[in-house]
Amino acid sequence: MSHYEASIREPLVLGDKSYHDITEDIAKPIEGKANKNWYMAFYISLAAMLWGFGCIFYTVGTGIGVWGLNKNIGWAWDITNFVWWVGIGHAGTLISAVLLLFRQKWRMAINRSAEAMTIFAVFQAGLFPIIHMGRPWNAYWVLPIPNQFGPLWVNFNSPLLWDVFAISTYLSVSLVFWWTGLLPDFAMIRDRAVKPFQKKIYALLSFGWSGRAKDWQRFEEVSLVLAGLATPLVLSVHTIVSMDFATSINPGWHSTIFPPYFVAGAIFSGFAMVQTLLGIMRKVTNMEDYITRMHVEYMNIVIILTGGIVAVAYATEFFIAWYTGSPYENYTYLSVGAATGPYAWAFYSLLFFNILTPQILWFKKVRRSFIWSFIISIFINIGMWFERFDIIAIVLSKGHLPSTWWRFEPTFVDVGIFIGTIGFFFVLFLLYARTFPVIAQAEVKTILKSSGEFYKKRSEQGIPTKPAIVVLNVENGKENSDKNLNG
Amino acid sequence: MESSKVIHAFYTDDEILLDAVKAVKAEHHHIEEVFCPFPVHGLDKAMGLAPTKLAITAFMYGITGLAVAIWMTNYMMIQDWPQDIGGKPSFSWVENMPAFVPIMFELTVFFAAHLMVITFYMRSRIWPFKEAENPDPRTTDDHFLMEIPVHNNEEELTSLLSKTGAVEINVVDKH
Repeated sequence: MSHYEASIREPLVLGDKSYHDITEDIAKPIEGKANKNWYMAFYISLAAMLWGFGCIFYTVGTGIGVWGLNKNIGWAWDITNFVWWVGIGHAGTLISAVLLLFRQKWRMAINRSAEAMTIFAVFQAGLFPIIHMGRPWNAYWVLPIPNQFGPLWVNFNSPLLWDVFAISTYLSVSLVFWWTGLLPDFAMIRDRAVKPFQKKIYALLSFGWSGRAKDWQRFEEVSLVLAGLATPLVLSVHTIVSMDFATSINPGWHSTIFPPYFVAGAIFSGFAMVQTLLGIMRKVTNMEDYITRMHVEYMNIVIILTGGIVAVAYATEFFIAWYTGSPYENYTYLSVGAATGPYAWAFYSLLFFNILTPQILWFKKVRRSFIWSFIISIFINIGMWFERFDIIAIVLSKGHLPSTWWRFEPTFVDVGIFIGTIGFFFVLFLLYARTFPVIAQAEVKTILKSSGEFYKKRSEQGIPTKPAIVVLNVENGKENSDKNLNG
Repeated sequence: MESSKVIHAFYTDDEILLDAVKAVKAEHHHIEEVFCPFPVHGLDKAMGLAPTKLAITAFMYGITGLAVAIWMTNYMMIQDWPQDIGGKPSFSWVENMPAFVPIMFELTVFFAAHLMVITFYMRSRIWPFKEAENPDPRTTDDHFLMEIPVHNNEEELTSLLSKTGAVEINVVDKH
C-alpha cells in the first residue's frame, strides 16, 4: 500500500494515535461542556452583534444619512467592510479546493474550519450591499425574475450584478462543499451520541450517511470535481469584486492590475484570518496534535507569497500614478498625493501593516512561532482593511474638481455596524466550534498512516504499517496470534 | 429463509480489510457491501465496483448552466428589453457577449456543482431525515464491516474470514 511518505516530511498528526483516538479527539469538544472562556467570548461577541443589529435597524429606519457618507464619498466603510469580508472568505475554498487539487495533505487539518470561516465571512459581506440599498426588503430586485414594473430586467452589463451572481454562487457552492464533507463526520458523532436529542440532531445533520464503499467512491469523485469547479470560482469572485472598481472611470480605480492583485490580497487576508482563528481554536479545543507548527508554517509561506504579490502591485500602482504625470492620478490611494495629504496616516498604516509586517515571516523562527503568527495575522487583518478603505475613501475624497474635495468621517453607526459584523462572525464561529466536528476526521484518518508521527517513526524503522493478522477462533471466541502472516 | 442471512465481518485496519476483500473475491464469494469510516483507496476496484459517472453528469450540468446563461442574457438584454447603456446599445448578443462572460461562467459552475451534488445525494440515498443504514455504529469510528450473503455456506465463509484478520464475525438475519 502507498502509505509510505519520505521521512524528511514532518508528521502532520502528532502523538501515538489510533483511528479511534482521532474520533475521540474530534468528538470531545462537542460532547464536553463549554468552559468559562468560551462563554465569555460568546457573550462579548453576542453583545457586539446585537449592537450592530441595533445600528442596522437605526440605519434602515432612518436612512443612509446616519452614516458618514456625503455627496462625493458615497461608498466608504460599508463597501470597505464588504470587500474585506469577501476577501477573508477566500481562504476556505482555496484551502479545500486548490490544495486538494495539489494533493496537499496538510489542508485536511484546517479545511473544515477555514470553510466555516469562509461561509460566515461571506454572510457578513453579503449584509453590506443589502443594507446599503437602504430598502433591504427590495433586495430581491437584483434577481433576474419577472416583475411588476413591465419587462424590466436586471442589467447583465453591470459588475455589481456580476457580484450578485459570483457571490451567491460562491456562497452556495462553498456551503454544499462544506456540508458534503461534514456528512461522514456528523455520522461519526451520531453513532456515538448517548443523549437521544443529540443523536436525533446529528442523525438529521448527517443525512443518514452510512459509509458504503460506493458512497465513498462517489464522495471522493464529488470532492474532486467540486474542487475543480471551486478553484476557478474562488479566483473569479474577487476578480469580479475588483471589477466593481476596475470597470469604473475613476482614476485609481480604473486599473487593469486590480483583478490579480485583489485575488492575491484576498488569499493574503483569508489566510491571516485562518491563522487568527486557528491560533485560538487549536488551544481551546485541544487540537494541538492536529494543527501543528508545520501547518502554521505552511500558511505563513502562503501569506509571504500572496503578500509579496500585493506589495508588487502596490509598487506598480504607486509608480504608474507618478509616471503618468496626470494630476488626477496624483491622488490615487498609492501616490505622492496620498502620502502627503490628509489621509497620509491611512496610507502609512497600509504600508506598515501590509508590506512591512509580513516580511518578518521570512525568518523561520517567526514563521514557526504560534504567538508571532497570531500577532502578525492580526496586523494583516488590519492592513487589509486599510487597503480597501484607502482604495475607496482616498480615491473618492479627491474628485476631478477641487470643489468636490471632501473628507469622510465615520459616525458611530458606521463603526457600530462593522463591530456588529465582527461580533456576528464570532458568534457563528464559536457556535460552530462547539457543535461541529472542527477537523475533517474521516480525511485525517486516511493520512494517519502516511503522515502520523507514530507510523512515520515505525516506517523509518522498517516496521510495516499493516498490523499482524490475528486469526479469530470462531468456536470459543479466543484469539490466536499468527505472527507468520505479518507482512 | 437461509438466503436472508448475512455474515458481518469486522476489521480494524484498512490494509487488512483490503487484503481480506481480495481474498474473499478470489474465493468467488459475493461481497454485498463494505461499510467504512473513511475512504480506502483501491477498495472499489478490489470489490469490483464500476467507476462512478458523477463527473460526466457534472460536465453535462455545466453545459446546461452555460446554455441557460446564454439564453437568459440574450432574452433579457437583447430580445425582451434592449437598452442603450452608456452608449453601448444591446442589439446583438455576440457583440455584447464579453460583458456576459462572468454570468456565463458563474451559472456554469452553479449548475454543475449543485446538480452534481444533488445527483450524488439521490444516487447514494442521503438526504435530511434519512435513517442511517450502517449495521453497526462502530463503522463510522474505526471499524470496517464486510457484509456477505450466506447461501448454505456459513461454515466455509466463517473459516475463510477468520483467517483474513477479522476481529469479529457475526451471522445475522437481514430483514
